[in-house]
Amino acid sequence: MTALTADRVGPPKPLATAAHGEKGLRSMAFLIALWLCLAFGILVLAVLLVTTFLDGRERMDSGLFTNYTSQIAPETAGARAAILGTAWVILTTALMAIPIGVAAASYLEEFASRTSRFARFVELNVQNLAAVPAIIYGMLAAAAAVAVGIPRNTVIAGGIALALLILPVVIVATREALRAVPQEIRQASLALGASPMQTLSRQTLPAAVPGIATGTILALSRAMGEAAPLLLLGGLVFVKFDPNGFLSGFTTMPIQIFDWAARSQVEFQQLAASASILLLVLVIVLNGLAIVIRNKYSAAR
Amino acid sequence: MKTKRFGATAAIALAGSLALSACGGQQADSGATGSSSGDAALSGSIASDGSSTVGPLTSAAAELFMTENTGVNITVGTSGTGGGFKKFCEGQTQISNASRPIKDEEKAACDAKGIEYQEIVVANDALTVVVNKENTFLECLTTEELKTLWGPEATGKVTTWNQVNPKFPAEKIKLYGPGTDSGTFDYFTDEINGEEGASRTDYEPSEDDNVIVQGVSGDKNALGYFGYTYFEENESTLKAVKVDNGKGCVAPSADTARDGSYAPLSRPLFIYVDKKAFASNAALKAFITYYIENDAKVAEAAKYVALSDEQKKTAQDELASLG
Repeated sequence: MTALTADRVGPPKPLATAAHGEKGLRSMAFLIALWLCLAFGILVLAVLLVTTFLDGRERMDSGLFTNYTSQIAPETAGARAAILGTAWVILTTALMAIPIGVAAASYLEEFASRTSRFARFVELNVQNLAAVPAIIYGMLAAAAAVAVGIPRNTVIAGGIALALLILPVVIVATREALRAVPQEIRQASLALGASPMQTLSRQTLPAAVPGIATGTILALSRAMGEAAPLLLLGGLVFVKFDPNGFLSGFTTMPIQIFDWAARSQVEFQQLAASASILLLVLVIVLNGLAIVIRNKYSAAR
Repeated sequence: MKTKRFGATAAIALAGSLALSACGGQQADSGATGSSSGDAALSGSIASDGSSTVGPLTSAAAELFMTENTGVNITVGTSGTGGGFKKFCEGQTQISNASRPIKDEEKAACDAKGIEYQEIVVANDALTVVVNKENTFLECLTTEELKTLWGPEATGKVTTWNQVNPKFPAEKIKLYGPGTDSGTFDYFTDEINGEEGASRTDYEPSEDDNVIVQGVSGDKNALGYFGYTYFEENESTLKAVKVDNGKGCVAPSADTARDGSYAPLSRPLFIYVDKKAFASNAALKAFITYYIENDAKVAEAAKYVALSDEQKKTAQDELASLG
């Protein structure tokens, strides 16, 4: 509660809250309420992390990485197929979402006229897509897969679902990054005789890469934890082989965790907890990578 | 320079994930391809989907089968009995796991796509009515009492235990049960309330049976129902209520489920096999044969009740009729 001390001076514009010198009863009460809200959120997260860790700690061994799931011997079951399945699906997602997302953002930001009806229509759609529940993308990908005639529970169908899911995020992040590139760079490039396309590919886009990378990595780490769209595609829960291509059947970590957690045997429930820890670590590492990239380039600039 | 360095980072990350996914690698396609060259080297892939209750059973059979036939890939999904039939009738799977028989509209969907199938009973389950271990007054319930408790007209009205039976204390009733998407729900409501899907609505529904376990083990006056395995795994905190169908109180167990005396809540579990795929896919044929012949072993591994001798005979006949 040190922040309550009145003499802590905030950055340039002090707000009229207790933390910034306001000592009125109401602002103090408001500050305390804010602290309680924050404490509640953190407490719930801490309880969740601690109980998951306690449940899963016994199964955090190499078997988790090397063994396939097993109905006969739950005590030696592992998440190998799920880990590799996640890698395949996320890679497929990245291969689809990044080029399309960056291209769409480049068009909207660098080429489209602000007043063109088409550009405004696309922009409106991108904003709407960002608010669509994840499971709808699963339905869309399922319909697309059936229309094309490929089985629904394949790596490519899963990749389509997750790519659609993160596409709006990639587009928005890329636009922000492009907008942050100083106008002078474009003007200099054009003045030296480069075409608009050359300006984009050799000057503007490279300068925007840190921002694009940060946004994309965060989006991919969100996709990594998604279960709903993939369950709708008919996610498999019993796979005893490594995925080997875009048309291969697959399972991912969230699907496998979802299945294990609902099993009657306590071994599976422990396994679900340890796989959750692994997923959490993966997501934290990815988010950390995004932060590192951002810091590195903003410092250099 | 800056961008080059980022390029290198990205390349490493990409290469890493590629290497991870490239290590190991058996072939696996979801199609119904299979080639036979004698029993020694079966290969091919088999896709199954359906009930999450039957899923572990088919998974166990698949695992046992695959240790002997390493060239065969069998996958199991758990989209629910209805979801499973949907894919089965689209020809996406060759085996559909079901905790209830196929419905008329599902039959029609299969007919429309020209999918012929054979139903085979592969194990038994006892729907178990459970209460807290510390509950002293609930030992046995008649099917009438269960109907009073779970019937649709009980919603909002039957709230204390003495309304179910005057001998019970006036304690507040707390109910847990499976959600409406579950085959277990369909079966229970059909057998107890006389109509599939007819149930009181003011109970705590959950698709995850472990939630029901936790709910009932935390409340002395709570009651819930689910498949026998979830009771077996939680015997330390739960007590199974005996069910009286007019012929005395019968406790759920492997024996009473197998011989059918635990009526009306013992239920068969099914698989549906695509006849055409069975004829053309040698791996599928070998797998189904293995499944039936090793039923006892499979049921034990999945913690279900194996077929009775009579049921097994029927299953073998059904298998023979497949050709």
